[in-house]
Amino acid sequence: MADIELLPHNVPSQGELPELVEELTTLNLGPTHPATHGIFQNILKMDGEKIVSGEQTIGYIHRAFEKIAERRPFYQITTLTDRMNYCSSPINNLGWHMTVEKLLGVEVPKRAQYIRVLMMELARITDHIICNSILGVDTGAFTGFLYVMQKREEVYEIYEEVCGARLTTNMGRLGGMERDLSSTAIRKIKEFIKSFPPVLRELEKLLNRNRIFMDRTINVGPISAERALSYGFTGPNLRAAGVDYDVRVMNPYSSYQDFEFDVPIGQNGDTYDRYMVRNEEMWQSLRIVEQAINNLPEGPYYADAPEYYLPPKNEVYRNMEALIYHFKIVMGEIDAPAGEVYHAVEGGNGELGFYLISDGGRAPYRLHFRRPSFIYYQAYPEMCKGSSLSDAILTMSSLNVIAGELDA
Amino acid sequence: MLTNQEVAEGLLEKFGDQVFDFEEPYGLLTLSTTREEILPLMEFLRDHKNYQVIFLTDITGIQYPENTGKEYVVVYHMHSFVHNFRIRIKVAIPAADIHIPTATGLFASANWMERETYDFFGILFDGHPNLKRILNIEEMDYFPMRKEYPLEDATREDKIDALFGR
Repeated sequence: MADIELLPHNVPSQGELPELVEELTTLNLGPTHPATHGIFQNILKMDGEKIVSGEQTIGYIHRAFEKIAERRPFYQITTLTDRMNYCSSPINNLGWHMTVEKLLGVEVPKRAQYIRVLMMELARITDHIICNSILGVDTGAFTGFLYVMQKREEVYEIYEEVCGARLTTNMGRLGGMERDLSSTAIRKIKEFIKSFPPVLRELEKLLNRNRIFMDRTINVGPISAERALSYGFTGPNLRAAGVDYDVRVMNPYSSYQDFEFDVPIGQNGDTYDRYMVRNEEMWQSLRIVEQAINNLPEGPYYADAPEYYLPPKNEVYRNMEALIYHFKIVMGEIDAPAGEVYHAVEGGNGELGFYLISDGGRAPYRLHFRRPSFIYYQAYPEMCKGSSLSDAILTMSSLNVIAGELDA
Repeated sequence: MLTNQEVAEGLLEKFGDQVFDFEEPYGLLTLSTTREEILPLMEFLRDHKNYQVIFLTDITGIQYPENTGKEYVVVYHMHSFVHNFRIRIKVAIPAADIHIPTATGLFASANWMERETYDFFGILFDGHPNLKRILNIEEMDYFPMRKEYPLEDATREDKIDALFGR
């Protein structure tokens, strides 16, 4: 040690030390960071590991759906709604159909309502398993994600049976469903009801009482009920803070009043509570799916509204009236009555609202989507203020911000 | 659960002719007010124990270019979880004086909703802490949801509306 000769510039100076300057580091989290699970940016001011303040930049996948919708006939807007919360597209599709049906005054038969409930609850399960298992991935547990991913695949197969598509489903029609539940679909749903609980239990065993997971998530990114309400939280994130607001219970739509289910709530509004609420909601969704498939009413699966509901294909080829209606609907020559409607459904992330103003034409005069992610994501800097960066990642992950819904 | 009739009567009693145009499209109580009264009205609804409209569901804008003097309408949707009723409040403002006070002091969620409304319609929310574009790029020099910007290129001749049943 003694023999090492220091180069002149490495010799410690004997004079005064330069004054220490405290400065905050600016960190760009995103827009294409794998931990953001979507394209949006957070500009964080960091004091070492601690977050001092943050600002979000969003709009990277803004596609002007509201503007596009003003040129499209109602049935063509369904494909736009798919692309909002793409983890649970059927909820968006069917919520939109219900909005238009409300405007048109079309009464959907019971069977179609039950099929819709079925699909929406399956969609909620896929939405929540993604969120919860990704939360596991962000805390360093990849295994659970792979277990449940397999189950999402099975739900997607059910979607395929019901509407022909997997991710951007374009499910249902104005006035009912596009097709009845096939025997394959019923078989697959029943299989899913049987095979899903063991997998979900496995995920619970991996995470719920896992010491590492609990240490990483309890008291991380908490929000009080009061602040959550002020920030417009809805859905699982609001319920985790202790407010039992659920659109399905408060303003039942599509026959939700026929089903028996509980609304789980948390206490602290932290990441762990959000995880637990979503976890319990999956069990409740499964309960609803089970009730819906067991009590599926007989009858038609679409409303008797020929001027709005696309006629079945075999009718189109054989029946003159059906051909006329088919042509008129596809060309968008059907005018809707003037009026304004607000309809809300319980989406994967909370209250998904459609505010539709029709001036009596073929397309909406104005259409506004109340997107839950967009509204609650603004609370993010407040929630992660003072926490470390790794905790902020978990907070974001547990909020389940979906970029498509954020930007619309 | 309060009926729309009860809410409407209570508001008329408190605000008199400052609340008008009561409607009930599809069961949702809709009323209009002026921009001077919008904040007191929202605060009254939020804090009065008979209403407790503690949740601001949505803020958005609409443009009616033909309505001279009332070209823009700002629409507030609110929801009382306690009494389970929804209410829609509309405020019409002229294009020449496109200002309305911000609701960020009452509801934190109003922040981004108002930014979005500004971004698309150019409605200025006075007193907003950070009123800038949110979904569109900041360099944009027009407000895209206004009706004077049609979606499709008006100069194209191969897309005549009549040929598409529009």
